[in-house]
Parts: sequence; C-alpha cells; structure tokens
Amino acid sequence: MQQTAASSPPSRARRGLRRHLTPYLYLLPTVLLMILLMVVPIVMVIGYSVQDNVITNPNPESVGLENYVEVITDPVFHTAVRNTVYFTGVSVAAHLVLGLAFALMLNSPLVGRRVRAVFRMIYVLPWLFTVAIIAVLWRLLLNPNGVVNYLLDIAGLIDSKVEWLANPDTALHAITFINIWAGYPFFMISLLAGLQGIPKNLYEAARVDGASAFHQFWHVTIPQLRPIIISMVLLDFIWTTQQFALIWMTTGGGPINVTEMLSTFTYKLAFSRYEYSMASASAVVVLVLSMILAFFYVQHQKARD
Amino acid sequence: MGNGAPTRRRIYALVGASVIALTAACGGESDESASGGTVTIEFAQWWEPELPDGSLRELMDEFEEQNPGIEVELLSGPYASTKEQVVAGAASGTMSDVVGLDGAWVSDFSNQGSITSLTDLMAEAGYDESELASQIQIDGATYMIPVVNFVYPLITNDELLAEAGIDAPPANRTEFITAAEAVAGLGDDVSGWALPLSLEAPNGVQNDVMSWVWASGGSMLADGQPDLTNAEVASAAEYVGQLWDAGVISPGAFTMKEQDKVEEFTNARVGMMISSLAHVNTIRETNPDLQFSVSAIPAEDSYDGERGIPYASWGIGVAENSEHKAEAWRLVEFLMSEETNAELSSLANAFPGNTSAVPDFVEDDEMFATAFEIYQSGYPANEFTGLPVAEELMRMFGEEFQGALNGDQSIPDALDAAQARWVEEF
Repeated sequence: MQQTAASSPPSRARRGLRRHLTPYLYLLPTVLLMILLMVVPIVMVIGYSVQDNVITNPNPESVGLENYVEVITDPVFHTAVRNTVYFTGVSVAAHLVLGLAFALMLNSPLVGRRVRAVFRMIYVLPWLFTVAIIAVLWRLLLNPNGVVNYLLDIAGLIDSKVEWLANPDTALHAITFINIWAGYPFFMISLLAGLQGIPKNLYEAARVDGASAFHQFWHVTIPQLRPIIISMVLLDFIWTTQQFALIWMTTGGGPINVTEMLSTFTYKLAFSRYEYSMASASAVVVLVLSMILAFFYVQHQKARD
Repeated sequence: MGNGAPTRRRIYALVGASVIALTAACGGESDESASGGTVTIEFAQWWEPELPDGSLRELMDEFEEQNPGIEVELLSGPYASTKEQVVAGAASGTMSDVVGLDGAWVSDFSNQGSITSLTDLMAEAGYDESELASQIQIDGATYMIPVVNFVYPLITNDELLAEAGIDAPPANRTEFITAAEAVAGLGDDVSGWALPLSLEAPNGVQNDVMSWVWASGGSMLADGQPDLTNAEVASAAEYVGQLWDAGVISPGAFTMKEQDKVEEFTNARVGMMISSLAHVNTIRETNPDLQFSVSAIPAEDSYDGERGIPYASWGIGVAENSEHKAEAWRLVEFLMSEETNAELSSLANAFPGNTSAVPDFVEDDEMFATAFEIYQSGYPANEFTGLPVAEELMRMFGEEFQGALNGDQSIPDALDAAQARWVEEF
C-alpha cells in the first residue's frame, strides 16, 4: 500500500503521458513520410517559382510573381488551358455516361450470368493496360495505314486515309477518345458496385406506385448513385487534368500545339527549355486548380459523412 | 499492463524503422566508394541497350583489367530516360562520374556547371588530342568528346525505285522530287519520302529538314546566331514544302517519329528516307529481302561543293561533381583509344571518334564502305550540337514548319517566326 502510495503520482502521470502520446507515435512514420514526400517538394517548387531560373542558375534571386505573370500571359498557356478543359470535360462526361451504361447492362437481370461475366471481362480490359501500352496500341490503330482506317474504308465511310493523330483538325478529338476508352472501366466498376447496393424494395415500391423503367432509373437509381457519381466525377476531373503520359506518347502536344495540355506545357518548360522556375510556376498554377477541385471533393465527402 | 511492454516495443520498433527508412531515403549521395582501395565510378549512358547483349560490359571488364583499382558501374537505360536521369542528376548534383552525352545537351549542362572541362583533364593527364576526330567546345573549352558518330545518308528502296522507272538514287533536288513522285505514283499506299516531324522527339527537324540545307553547303547560323531567313534555309524549306504539296510525303508526318519512319521504309511503304546508318542492320534483320542502298543527300542542282552530312553522336563527358575525375578520365581515354574505339564502332555500326580507328564493317560490308566514302568525301554537319536548348529549338522550328505545311502561314512567315523564337532563346 505504502509502496503504491509512494510511486502512484509520477507513475500515473507517466501513464497518462504515454497514453496521450501513443496515437501520435503511431502516426509519426506516416507524418514523416508525408512531410518528406509531399510537403517538402511542394514547398520547394513554390520556392523555385518565385526565383529567377533555379538549378541552371547557381545563384538564383527572388523575382516575386514575375514567373507567374510570364506563364499566365503566354498564349501557348491559354491554348493549353483551353485544350485541358475540353479534354477533361469531354473525358469525364463520357466516362460517366459509358460507365453508367455498361454498369446498368451488367447489372440487368435481362442478361444471363455467363454473358454478363464475358462482357464484364471485355469491358474492363482497357483498364488493365498501362498508359504506355495504350499509347502504342492506339498509335498503331490510328496510323494512316492502320486498322481503323482500313475498317472505315471497307465500310465505305471514308474515301481517303485520315491522319487521326497527325491532322490538327482531328488530333485533340482522337486523344480525347483514347482517354475515354482507357478510363471508363473505373467508372463502370464503381457504379456497378453502387448499383448492386441499391435495395430491391425501392424498385418494388416504385413499381407499385406505377413508375416506368425510366422513372425508376431517374428517381431511384440516380439518387442512390449520386454520392458515388459526385465522388467519381471530382476524382476523374483531378486525374484527367494531370494526364501527361498518354498525350506525350501519342502526339507530344502537337501537331503545332493543338493537343498541348497544362501537363505537357509544364514538362517542356522544365525538360526541354530547362526553365525550372517557369515550370515550377506553371506547376503551382496546376496545383491550385487541382486544390480547388480537391476542396469540393473533401467538402462533398464531409457532407456524406 | 501485461501488454504494455510489447506495445511499447512495437511503437519503438515502428518509430525506429521509419527513422531508418527516412535516413536511407535522405542519404541520396550515391556511393562512389573507395572500398579496400578500389574506386567505383558510375557510367550513365543509353548505349548498352542499343549494343549487342553484354558487349559494353565486356569492354568495361577489359578496362577494369587494364586499370586495377577502378571498377565501373554501368547505369543504362533508353535514350529518353537517360536524358531525364542526367538532367535530374545535373540539377541535384548527383550526376554519374562519366555520362553519355548528346551534343544537344552540352551547352545547357556546361552553362549549368554540371559537366567539367575535359580540356583541363586532358592537360592533367598529358593526353594527345590529335587522335580525336572532333571535340564539342563551349567558350574554347571541351565539354564533350564524340565517341562514335552515326551519319544520316539517304537510304533508298532500290526495288521501288526500279519499279517506278528510276535507275539510280537521286543526286540532286530535281532528281529527288522526280523519283519521289514516280514512287508515290505506284499507288498501293506507297509514298516517295518519309518526313518525321513529331514534336515529342523533334530531331526530324535536324535530320530530315536541315539536312537539305547542310547538303548544299548552307548554314542555319551566322556568327553563331540564328539565321533561318537566309537563302539556303529558305530554299530548303520551300523545297520540302514543294514535296509536301506534291503529295509524295508519307501520311502522318506531324506525329511521325524516327522509329516510325524506319518502320515505314522497312515495310516498303516509302521509297526514300534520310536515316541513321545504325538502322541498316535493323532493316536487314526485319526485312531480309529488302533491296536498298545508301547515297549522299541530294544537293541543290547547281551545287558542286562539299556536302555536309548530318550526324548524331554518342558523346561522353565527366561530371563536375565527380570525386574521381582522374579515374573518370581514364575511362574516357580508354573508350577513345584506337583499339577500343574501333571495337565500339564495329559493335554500334558507327564511325569512330578516333581518327586512327577503323571499324571492321568498313572492310567487310559494301554498304558501310559506301557510307564511309560519303562521310569522308563530305563533312559531318550538325549545327544543333552545342546550341542552347537545342531540342527546344528543333521543336520551335517544327511547330512553325507544321503550321506552314498545314497552310496556316506561308513558309517565309514560318521561318520569320522561328527566327524570332530562336533569337529569344539565344
């Protein structure tokens, strides 16, 4: 008893402190990694963006917002923004429509189980390829002497070879199409999971109330899927604005600059012109745009919770 | 209470592991360690994947045998990733001791201070420079030595030319357009000439457009400054425009890359291309039945002077941050020695950077012998070597030139626009 009484206050305090610190110690490895891999590079890039050329210049000086002004007033930057908005907007809308259509088909009781399994495998295929494979595959398919032109030719739909990726009139649409093809399975899988989670009794109740198939879709399916749809759309917006490899490996931002995106514009500044400060400024602009989208995503997630 | 000690141990272990992991991640400086008196030097290049399997390693083993106490670690990758690795190494001060260089990078790296002056290293080692075919200098100091050179002659599909009624490879521009039109007239998806103008890898501007200027003794520079509006460049650009308008150029030119061009030629879908001699073996392996030959790039009809022939080099340099510059130079010296240089040239099907070295294929292969004759009768020409942001200059020219071919602007306007953009970069 005496012993306990003597050691009790410091021991309790130590235990309290330990209990208090334990969660932080568990978090420490993750926090350290996040600081090292995310915070430090972001702070460095922001720092680079307000100096005259870093890395190639051994003694860079601060230039304030000069790099931002130069990037934002560059006409190619405006083209890149326009192209990115088109590429992202059309890709996300098409991902949603196609993903939902295929998910509905795969969830339909009208389709047999085996047929459903086969189509599920076929529909998900594009998602299994890496970007490099997708780029090479579509470069071959869309080659003027490629399979697409051959099929269109024998179907009588074209009378001369279309240079899908090399023609300034078709290049942006062509890479947007490739991106749609590559990205819809992610929507499809997520929406299919959502569809399978909708209680059957909601449809039964709607049918009892005399709702048509369209009304059931519009008033039951869509409201039930809305949280998934909003999350997916926001995430896809963020990912698609950052798409680089596909564009670089198919068109390199050309012909002329009709497929120039914010990502290729930034890459060229850094690795072709060695203008690391300008590239940093451009990257920070992209970061801010992504943060705005991320903000809406987080707000939506919070509202869901 | 009973769980307290193991839990505590787990926490300490977790924290310890993360600290070790972070320390390992932060300790980025690659170890060119001197373990047991042995110095290990890193050699980053894109050559190994392009050479026969294991052949570069064998050369390194030979070097290590001749230089006890020096070991070479090869860091190999494709050209594009090597470039990014070298750029990142230059930026962070962790460049490999010896680096494979493209002439287009030299100006930027030397300005950045990431590659060292080889002039100093040669002087320290008492090296005799007279054996070097060329050196890439910036402000009077050598920063890159071309180890082997790949020349870009005209390669023609003899069967297609014969079928189109053309007896010999064209020697001047009039003959070339006649031949290209005749081949394109054969139909069956065959084109006269391939012009890769991809903006991802814009070296088509150097090899396939500017080569017309150099072949007629012209230049795109005046006193080291851009001069894209001079008569020779204008004439060559107008000529390529004429070929474009004649419809003899292979479709898809605006996104075509060098490898696409070679593939089109190999599959007999194009009659003529200007391409690296290094592609001769690829063509032979892929399509052994294809009858083709090499010749000099056609010049202007009235031109009878020496012809510039474009070339690309596997260059070599030493990193400024290297702690073993003397050992790094020993490796450069080894690669530039008569015997090793001849061997490397033979392996790469390239022309040697050492003036005394003679690669085997020149004696064994008629086509390479012809190419060697063309090389010796003209002069190697690549004005992009040593220019600042050389690749970006090609891309800028490519963008403006694509605009002209697409009908968005005239060719003189495209040259004016490219000139203005180039001047800004200089």
